[in-house]
Amino acid sequence: MTTEVKIATQSDNLFRKFFSAAPLRVVVILIAFVWTLPTVGLLISSFRPPNDITTSGWWTVLAHPFETAQWTLANYERVLTSDGMGVAFLNSLLVTIPSVVIPITIAAFAAYAFAWLKFPGRNFFFVLIVGLMVVPLQMSLIPLLRLYISIDLNGTFLGVWLAHTGFGLPLAVYLLYGYISTLPAEIIESAHVDGASPLTTFSKLVLPLSVPVIASFAIFQFLWVWNDLLVALVFLGTKKEVTVVTARLATLVGERGEAWHVLTAGAFITMVIPLIVFFSLQRYFVRGLTAGSVKG
Amino acid sequence: MDPSLASPPRSKRLLDIFTTGPLRIIVSLIVPVVTFLVLRWSFIFMRDSEANKLVIGVVALVIGVGAVWALFLVTDNLVSLLPKSMRESVRPYVFVGPALVIISLYLIYPTLQTAYLSFFDARSEVFVGLENYAFALTSPDMLIALRNNLLWMVFVTFFVVSLGLVIAVMADRLGRWEPIAKSFIFLPMAISAVGASVIWKFIYSFQPASRPQIGLLNAIYTWLGGDPQGWLILKPWNNFFLIIIMIWLLTGFAMVVISAGVKGVPAELLEASRIDGATEVQIFFKVIIPYIRGTLLTITTTVLIMVLKVFDIVFVMTSGQNETEVIANRMFREMFTFRNFGRSGALAMVLLVAVIPVMIYNVRSLNSARR
Repeated sequence: MTTEVKIATQSDNLFRKFFSAAPLRVVVILIAFVWTLPTVGLLISSFRPPNDITTSGWWTVLAHPFETAQWTLANYERVLTSDGMGVAFLNSLLVTIPSVVIPITIAAFAAYAFAWLKFPGRNFFFVLIVGLMVVPLQMSLIPLLRLYISIDLNGTFLGVWLAHTGFGLPLAVYLLYGYISTLPAEIIESAHVDGASPLTTFSKLVLPLSVPVIASFAIFQFLWVWNDLLVALVFLGTKKEVTVVTARLATLVGERGEAWHVLTAGAFITMVIPLIVFFSLQRYFVRGLTAGSVKG
Repeated sequence: MDPSLASPPRSKRLLDIFTTGPLRIIVSLIVPVVTFLVLRWSFIFMRDSEANKLVIGVVALVIGVGAVWALFLVTDNLVSLLPKSMRESVRPYVFVGPALVIISLYLIYPTLQTAYLSFFDARSEVFVGLENYAFALTSPDMLIALRNNLLWMVFVTFFVVSLGLVIAVMADRLGRWEPIAKSFIFLPMAISAVGASVIWKFIYSFQPASRPQIGLLNAIYTWLGGDPQGWLILKPWNNFFLIIIMIWLLTGFAMVVISAGVKGVPAELLEASRIDGATEVQIFFKVIIPYIRGTLLTITTTVLIMVLKVFDIVFVMTSGQNETEVIANRMFREMFTFRNFGRSGALAMVLLVAVIPVMIYNVRSLNSARR
């Protein structure tokens, strides 16, 4: 190819890039705008007095956004206290954190054994776990509910922790195995030669090296548990003292279908923690979600 | 340095009484039980006490996690006291044991039990053969639910994957604006289906024509000259208004996954096709799509599985009223509202059968990857 032609294609490319980029930019920004609009509408409404919400659309405030009289925090105050969202928020934290930490711990031990220890049945058990990964958790609900009722575990946090542990384990083992099995064999073997027990190798070597994959799974599991409705409804119920934000919000929708000042503020309360996680840990978030999306 | 070469300290020998022979088995059985009892006792204590909830949370976490670690440490120590020949062959089971026990208890046993119960009546007393399956596959209610599930799976998957693909390819050319634009489209993925349902219920909100519309959709519709509509009771279109919610939730997810694939298309390949005179549209269909076929297949399967089990959106928006029922919501209602464990079990089985091909595919690709 001659120099002349090269220059021609390059300038042609620049030309094309310039013209295709402008409409492209408009289209993508438009899509991003449309995608954000519903959430913005909710957020704005949650700060408007009840009477305003029901008599004019939320977009009308955009004409005069700085009139402070039209903004209020009263919706949040009321939904957090008398509508029980405050208690539910604490309950959600109480349910979610152990439901993340416990499966990770158990899965890390198992993943290490599958990757680096030899034992009869290793292959069989691992294939079993991978097979169980996509089993719909609906399959487990009835027998577990009966079991829970018979041993009085129904409606307790412990019951929900264990349920989330059980449902999250196959994926956790699979993900952690994928990472732990690729750690360099020399490191693991030299620890063994130095006389470190498997437990020491695991806790002093494998666990610290696996922080990235643990973080990815932790974020996935955190969002899964925090945003879950089904497991919470079945094993925890909707009693105000124990219920979590999603179940509480679902109850409020049922009880006060048109009380938008309550629902908008309530919905935003359910969203605030996931959004913080989303914005602060986006890279891990993406990795965790992509890896964890196959979960049953 | 093998610790067993040195003579064991005296205290250890005394402990041997508990760690050999039948006592060992008793000890190894008792310790987990005691741990569990401590956990449960402390839980009940904490729940019933009036202490600050945050304090309770921290204590619960420490005890919960501590108990798990204690379980591993105690059992591992017990194994260390076994005769040397047995020790290393037993130890792996200490590591995988708890995971296998929990998985058996929470997934394997319930799955078998549900399959079994699906052949019995509502109260699991009388064997009814295939009656529950006849209900699940032929009753008028369920035919609507099955139809809706099909609508969900076709429309959500089609729009999520194609929108995700188009946006990923377009955003790839945006330069420094790419991450910001993608963040906004990806953001709904952080929102729970319940939260999303409230967001969209507000958009679909309906007021009589005499009053100002506060729902975005009716505001636009009346502005265009239409009469306000109750979108969620408008059969059969209400299904599509629910489907939009899930498309909104999942498109960003598909975009992010596909985007990673698009970035893997070699720049030289694109450049070469451009030099050969291919238009951008041709490049999209003839170069990019074939190149990322694997990614597209994965994301399609993933979205299909997610949509198959859709529950929250329908539960919150309509509870399945006005012909918007889906399998998972009906399953929940059979279990809780109607207390019919047989039918509920049969519905769960329908979901299970639907994912079996994916299960087989996963196991197969695992086996071929290991070879």
